[in-house]
Amino acid sequence: MMESIIPLLAVGELFPRGITPYLLGGLLVGLGAAIIYLATGIIAGASTFLESTLSYVSDVPRFNRFKYVQSRGWRLVFTAGIISGAAIWGLVLHPGIWTTDVQWWRLLGGGFLVGVGTRLGKGCTSGHGVCGVGSLSNTSLVNVATFLVVAIGTAQLVQALGVSP
Amino acid sequence: MAETERSPWFLPVIYVGGLVFGLGLAISGMARPEVVLDFLQFEDFGLLFVMGGAAVVTGVTFAIATRSLNRAPLTGSEYTRRLKDFDRNVLVGGGIFGVGWGLSGICPGAAYASIGIGNYPILWAIVGMFLGAYAQGYWRTLRAGDAADGVESTAD
Repeated sequence: MMESIIPLLAVGELFPRGITPYLLGGLLVGLGAAIIYLATGIIAGASTFLESTLSYVSDVPRFNRFKYVQSRGWRLVFTAGIISGAAIWGLVLHPGIWTTDVQWWRLLGGGFLVGVGTRLGKGCTSGHGVCGVGSLSNTSLVNVATFLVVAIGTAQLVQALGVSP
Repeated sequence: MAETERSPWFLPVIYVGGLVFGLGLAISGMARPEVVLDFLQFEDFGLLFVMGGAAVVTGVTFAIATRSLNRAPLTGSEYTRRLKDFDRNVLVGGGIFGVGWGLSGICPGAAYASIGIGNYPILWAIVGMFLGAYAQGYWRTLRAGDAADGVESTAD
């Protein structure tokens, strides 16, 4: 009896929320990318939106390269779709407004570094993490390993300094 | 992929793909920074199933399409894999992104999804991301000059 319970307890500690929402959500993220890919051949990532959208308001040549200006329209639509899909969860599956308790300076400062790092590093968790890994790209695997290790170190350091959340 | 060659279904399909993508981010909890921070602090390893599950679906899709399918119906584009050149920026950028992700618990796609679940404080992160993207673009343009424009490869 105990022998069969102990591994279950261990799994429960690793996954206190279970694994179903994670796996289901991950499969849907992949499916969304697959729908766009199969229909258009486009491998969509989320962070290029930042630079392509800046081309609407900035004259900086980097943002106004053809590849950004030419894709900025559909990237707006892609982002609108992401917001809408999440709104289905917020309106239907889990009604009510959910807000984070993570402090504003962590969001602003962390967001700034995410903006710099994803653009400098050629992609983010969707571009490298999902599509690049799905392509078995060595560049993406190295990038993902780098950001995972650094993020784990950062989050644990911030926690150790007593910042919560 | 010029605008004129696009099917009228192009934008609707992009929207639907984004919708499924965003629904997945919300269901998986990635739209909530706390869930991501729980993973990074080794309190809940569920994120591995999100990234792994998504990468398996895209991996199988890419493998089948590049081998067996001809051209994408709405654009006429060839099916390719996502292969970017490796250089120092991949490491430096990944490291900077890692610090930001570990500090905030939020990445770009998840931040957009977070708006959809009503998490208005996430606007701090989105403002930060645009400022960060602007800062690196401004700095790189200054540094490289127009000569390098279009030569270096970039990201999605």
